[in-house]
Amino acid sequence: MRNIALLFITLSLFALLVGAFFGTLTGIQYVKPDFLKEVIAFNKMRPFHVSTIIGWIILCATGGIYYYLTHDLKLNLFSKKLASAHLLIFILCIIAIYISLISGNMGGREYLTYAPIISLPILFGWILFGINYFKTTIQQVQGWPVYLWMWGTGIVFMIYHFSEAHFWLIPYFRENFVRDITVQWKSYGSFVGAWNMLVYGTAIFLMSRIKNNEDVSKGKKVFFFYFLGLVNLMLGWAHHTYIIPTQPWVRHLAYAVSMTEWIILISIIMSWRKSLTKHKIEQHHVSYNFLMATDFWVFVNLFLALLISIPTINLFTHGTHITVAHSMGTTIGINTTILLASAFYIVNLEDKGHINRYLKIIKLGFWIFNISLGIFWICLLLGGVEKSIWMYFTENPTPFGEMQTKLLPYMYVFLVAGFGIFIGIMMITIPLLLVLMKRIKNY
Amino acid sequence: MAALIIIFAVYNTFVYTQGTSNTTPKMTALAIEGEKLYQTNNCTACHQLFGLGGYLGPDLTNIISAKNKGSFYVKAFLNSGIKSMPKFNFTEKEQDALVQFLTEVDQCGYYPIYDATIKSTGWVDVKYKNQKVNNND
Ligand code: HEC
Repeated sequence: MRNIALLFITLSLFALLVGAFFGTLTGIQYVKPDFLKEVIAFNKMRPFHVSTIIGWIILCATGGIYYYLTHDLKLNLFSKKLASAHLLIFILCIIAIYISLISGNMGGREYLTYAPIISLPILFGWILFGINYFKTTIQQVQGWPVYLWMWGTGIVFMIYHFSEAHFWLIPYFRENFVRDITVQWKSYGSFVGAWNMLVYGTAIFLMSRIKNNEDVSKGKKVFFFYFLGLVNLMLGWAHHTYIIPTQPWVRHLAYAVSMTEWIILISIIMSWRKSLTKHKIEQHHVSYNFLMATDFWVFVNLFLALLISIPTINLFTHGTHITVAHSMGTTIGINTTILLASAFYIVNLEDKGHINRYLKIIKLGFWIFNISLGIFWICLLLGGVEKSIWMYFTENPTPFGEMQTKLLPYMYVFLVAGFGIFIGIMMITIPLLLVLMKRIKNY
Repeated sequence: MAALIIIFAVYNTFVYTQGTSNTTPKMTALAIEGEKLYQTNNCTACHQLFGLGGYLGPDLTNIISAKNKGSFYVKAFLNSGIKSMPKFNFTEKEQDALVQFLTEVDQCGYYPIYDATIKSTGWVDVKYKNQKVNNND
């Protein structure tokens, strides 16, 4: 079983490396529109980046959950065969997605640009994961800690909202554009919420392990926050679509719910840090450092998310690079740091001696990654402000192309910072991969 | 738990029906054809509709009704290969379909919304096109 979990994680780390590489290539097209245009134009390149990075998040979270269930919580997995089938299906889907993207045979919607038929086996894989997860945990664990609830909820909602993302195939939705685009973005908001449940559940699990204390995963306060998170996942999505002419109650509700957002995780992390003892940090200090980085990124992104969820501010930031700062800040700053913490935790348990050899380069990579991300994030914010001024506060709006030219200085720095993120990721990920691949060979 | 599932089911049903209801006519077959082209060519990687999509190109929500733009203007761009935009080879029929899609999108609403009403609660009343909405509910 261990091997399947480690294979998921190895695959995910490859996806992170490749996805970040595609990211820098797409970034170049922002400043040099002709770069690779004849070979692979931006509309073909972007899906490679997006699909691969989604793969990173999903595969790493999944591998971690399999590992923690069986190796750390010492549960007997309901079925090893189902887990192998899950892995195999996902590998085949990855191959199918790349074939679809390379051959230009796309046809899906944004974020899920590949040929939509591939979504069927992906959905099937999630169902297998769900069966295995619940069959394993329901009988063997009494009084679930919050991370088990979060993982379970994440899987169930992923299955629902991933399906919902394909409702456009049904004429009832497709024939009404407002309904179609609203439900489309509802599903995206909520399936990101679903993977966040998997990832944040992992963060809380790691905290409880590093701290060697289950308090962070049990108790009324923890469950209250989990519940708030769940309500946000279900009802908060419409802050992405304030601008779409739906009935006002949909957006009113989202506004009210969104204002409770994010406070959730930060408060848990903060209370955890207060009580951390020195000795335990030494045990998993790379993971600890990554979780501290998460802490910082949660703070700044919490602030931004709360601001842009206020309709008055959203009116001016929607459709600008500020939205991109939000999505990049959360996927890179929060999801990626938590998942890297998880990968280091596992590698540390698996083969401590080896990973320590690379400690220096990992530490340097850690700083390059975080500082680059900071610059990257600020560039997007400034670019967004510039675009918003162009859209709303310019008397006789200049043509789009002129605004784009004005953004170029930000985009150059953005590109360099993006490259920095890629370098940092290489320095962190390659050592992990070297150790993991050796481990897998030994099983 | 059961209560939560019921709330979720009722909520979703309302979003899928009344919450997204409007008086814009159903999309025509030609527009749906155009939407397919928009999708298979991944125009959304660069363009936005209602501010949702990529950022390399301009938002296309109201391009048909915009002053000095419209269907001929759109067609002039499709196979032009301007800047980062790929040089597409759309036939006349395909161009009509894309224009029809953009025309029907345009009928749904406004973006950017210059006539929004900002309230002291932070709320914004958006401006609707041809649909009855009770903004005070
Ligand atoms: C790789 C990015 C990219 C892709 C993909 C792309 N476009 Fe464009 N598009 C642009 C850019 C850049 C401009 C020109 C902006 C300017 O005027 O400087 C543009 C301009 C346009 C315009 C004129 C907009 C205006 O307001 O002046 C239309 C219409 C248009 N594109 C439609 C489409 C359609 C339809 C598709 C898909 C079949 C598509 N584009 C795919 C980048 C792209």
